[in-house]
Amino acid sequence: MPMKIGERSFESRVNKGLDDSYMRETVREAQGRLHTNKAKAEEDLGQWEEWRTLSEEIRSHTLENLDFYLEQLSENVVKNGGHVFFAQTAEEANEYVKEVAAKKEANKIIKSKSMVTEEISMNDALERAGCEVIESDLGEYILQIDDHDPPSHIVAPALHKNKEQIRETFERLKGYDKTSKPEELTQFAREQLRQEFLEADIGITGCNFAVAESGSVALVTNEGNARLATTIPKTQISVMGMERIVPTWEELDVLVSMLCRSAVGQKLTSYVTGLSGPREEGDLDGPEEFHLVIVDNGRSNILGTAFQSALHCIRCAACINVCPIYRHVGGHSYGSIYPGPIGAVLSPLLEGYEDHKDLPYASSLCAACTDACPVKIPLHELLIEHRKVIAEKEKKTSIGERYAMKGFGLAASSPGLFQMAAKTAPYMLSPFSKDGFIEKGPGPLSGWTDVRSFPAPEKERFRDWFKNRKKEDS
Amino acid sequence: MRQGTIQNKESFLNNIAEKLGRERKTSGVERPSYQKQPQWDIMADYTTDQLVDVLKEQCTAIHTDVRETNIDGLAAVIDNVMKEYGAEKASIWDDPRFVEYGLAPFVERPDVNIWGSAPDEDDIKITEQADVGITFSDYTLAESGTVVLMNGGGKGQSVSLLPTYYIALIPLSTIVPRMSQVNKKIHEEAKAGHRVPSCINFISGPSNSADIELNLVVGVHGPVRACYILIDDR
Repeated sequence: MPMKIGERSFESRVNKGLDDSYMRETVREAQGRLHTNKAKAEEDLGQWEEWRTLSEEIRSHTLENLDFYLEQLSENVVKNGGHVFFAQTAEEANEYVKEVAAKKEANKIIKSKSMVTEEISMNDALERAGCEVIESDLGEYILQIDDHDPPSHIVAPALHKNKEQIRETFERLKGYDKTSKPEELTQFAREQLRQEFLEADIGITGCNFAVAESGSVALVTNEGNARLATTIPKTQISVMGMERIVPTWEELDVLVSMLCRSAVGQKLTSYVTGLSGPREEGDLDGPEEFHLVIVDNGRSNILGTAFQSALHCIRCAACINVCPIYRHVGGHSYGSIYPGPIGAVLSPLLEGYEDHKDLPYASSLCAACTDACPVKIPLHELLIEHRKVIAEKEKKTSIGERYAMKGFGLAASSPGLFQMAAKTAPYMLSPFSKDGFIEKGPGPLSGWTDVRSFPAPEKERFRDWFKNRKKEDS
Repeated sequence: MRQGTIQNKESFLNNIAEKLGRERKTSGVERPSYQKQPQWDIMADYTTDQLVDVLKEQCTAIHTDVRETNIDGLAAVIDNVMKEYGAEKASIWDDPRFVEYGLAPFVERPDVNIWGSAPDEDDIKITEQADVGITFSDYTLAESGTVVLMNGGGKGQSVSLLPTYYIALIPLSTIVPRMSQVNKKIHEEAKAGHRVPSCINFISGPSNSADIELNLVVGVHGPVRACYILIDDR
């Protein structure tokens, strides 16, 4: 699937999310739990702000010197005996992976979770080329067998589904005959997937961080599926967004420490695996062939702009887990595989404003995201920056808003007009007012009054009241 | 050793440099001297005993069993844990430490497969069928309850992954405060121009997932249960 999910409008997606009471309850609970876990992990670690400062410094240094570190990375991968392909576009990346699959005469491909392969629709491309592609992350597996339901969270992709829905899917499509207990569902997935791992010709992974100094790829997981995908199949392909890199293992320590705590409140996930090229002589497992695909797909256009810090993101989802908007509308409302605050910042940058112009407005600008970010991306400020671009450069705000703004600009620049507008407002709105409140507002006001009352304008203007009060005093 | 290939590097990296508004950087980039380095303050002055306490407490958080013994008692403890788990067939690393730690009789048992000894390189299949995988820990991180495995050769990465259960043998001499100490060592190796092992695992307990309604389920694709045996080798 591409980054963009579906064709429905932002408003209809949001309304669907708001109506889905199960999803809203799950998301609320999930946010609460993840947030509490992160807070405890921060406290246990101590000096959280120092850690954030260090992480930000690492990320900005690396991005400022990205060409240098990517070159170092690629040379070291080659030294280790691996292959590197730099892909400017999604198509180039998919073509290369298809070529490798064809050369290896691969039928079955097992994948561990990777957002960048979702972004470039790699599964589609491989399936069209005749390969069977199996997602092995439990959440991704559930979504894949349920007719490719899109992910709604970047760490817990099947967050919007309850266990009963999952049981039903397993029963309908895989002949599952047990209960909806998570333990039994998980055991079933383990049995189903173990055989697939043993038979797979190629293992495809994402990349949490590449390490430039040793040509390594670090994978952070709890389930162990990324380990299986890189232990048994003879060929391994890792796909990375070009910004997912650290200079050395020392920076890897810091960022993995932050990622695990910020994502799930763990000190380290069950498995952190550093892979450096194919197996060495004398090794009896691990891939015989290793390919690293480094993907740009629009990222370089963010470099050197006001949005560069968005590339510092380490995909922990901490911003998603504190966002009040995400809590109410859920991940699918964003219409992008990257939801929440970071999604609202990244999606328009990677795919353009046309499809994602509403996202920067899906925020109350409360800045909880900015506070939560372990690498200090000023997320809410970037959302404001987007709004500026949308209004000033892209001219993509609604006609009503543009006229309203023009009208306000005109009135506010002339004292006479301003006074007249302020004086007439109560009379203009009086047909809609009742007992000092407007319950069914006209036009743009209805968005507010559909859910709550709006106070009617006072008959007496502040300036008049102030003048009269002075008179009374004297 | 065979060399790999690189494709499209120049155009890709030139474009990055251009977007950053400067010339390509091909040398002379040094890491900054970071203003804050809080990682080195953590448990900096802890004794081994204190680190063991931290490790043991963390193991309860990561659903990992812990046993404590010394070299003389080790064989009996492994036996007990295997009985408790109902495990008979074991797959182990080809690692001289098994003999050094008094496990020669254990290693020679017929239901113990030493990695690399199977005919026709069938080690993956045999290990996949084993009840328990047993390895030593190369480094052990107190903070996160992590065993670090430098895989390669007789130290197959499958041993800690494919069997139903996993037992890590942890000499107390391998314990350090956290990932920082181990990664610094790996960094120094890489800086000296040595190839780092093709697979380094940081393992913290059994595999798990919270993908179904955020309920933690222990035991997904990797081992469903893990035991750390701490060996006082001082």
